[in-house]
Amino acid sequence: MFDLTGKTALVTGASGGIGGAIARALHAAGATVGLSGTREAPLQDLAADLGDRAHVLPCNLSDRAEVDGLIKTATAAMGGVDILVNNAGITRDNLFMRMGDDDWDSVLEVNLTSTMRLSKTAIRPMMKARWGRIVNITSVVGATGNAGQANYAAAKAGMVGLSKSLAQEVATRGITVNCVAPGFIATAMTDKLDDDRKAAINSQIPAARMGTPEEIAAAVLYLASEEAGYVTGTTLHVNGGMAMS
Amino acid sequence: MSDVADRVRKIVVEHLGVEEGKVVEGASFIDDLGADSLDTVELVMAFEEEFGIEIPDDAAETIQTFGDAVKFINDAG
Repeated sequence: MFDLTGKTALVTGASGGIGGAIARALHAAGATVGLSGTREAPLQDLAADLGDRAHVLPCNLSDRAEVDGLIKTATAAMGGVDILVNNAGITRDNLFMRMGDDDWDSVLEVNLTSTMRLSKTAIRPMMKARWGRIVNITSVVGATGNAGQANYAAAKAGMVGLSKSLAQEVATRGITVNCVAPGFIATAMTDKLDDDRKAAINSQIPAARMGTPEEIAAAVLYLASEEAGYVTGTTLHVNGGMAMS
Repeated sequence: MSDVADRVRKIVVEHLGVEEGKVVEGASFIDDLGADSLDTVELVMAFEEEFGIEIPDDAAETIQTFGDAVKFINDAG
């Protein structure tokens, strides 16, 4: 099951913990992977680790010209983009009353607008091929909201609305568009939290632990697979039982 | 002219699965040939590829009939 041999996959934010795990999982299933991110060094390390079928494609998602060129670069490197994983995201947390326009604009631009622009370019050849997978990585806070993250939660909820609408438009063309919404995931970012803070977070999670990047990657692999062809417009929540809806 | 019309007709017949005789000058892709809105987007993509031209979104919206398509492509070429 979940064999991606012969498929090409572009993963944004592949320099991060979750993005790296997604790239590894798709690659392990046989896909050729395009690793995108702003920091080139970790992408090169990951590509070296993966060996064959891995391409480093640096891109700054806050630069629209770079975003518009990414699918073209990825297609030149891999021969196409069958699977697009919009994983890259940034946060600029602040109380809403103190949130500046820049905090709002930059988070919406990188998290939501780049998803729209990359999807728009990638979907043309997918329509022609009558096959495609778009997986957008959102967040539990897109469903629940989170104090201090009005911009981030709005962007993530926006990705859900975008995905559902696009899913309806292209469903007859063999293209699925879905979201994976991680809860608290153990990454370099959460490693910095002190033990009390970690315990406080875990107490809110029925599974009583943070998730792993590999657990997010497994959900992405499923939605990218042939087997998930009848699943579209949905959000797969991977959060240890937080925020059941 | 006839060459462009023949090539456009071939694309329309293949994509929409309609009889060649129905693809006449004033035939509307949506009203007469059974296309949905996404089909019209795909037809424009196919025209772009066949003729090596770029059809901007606002121009694409004006291409409603077989005749519109042939005229646009002739004017573009």
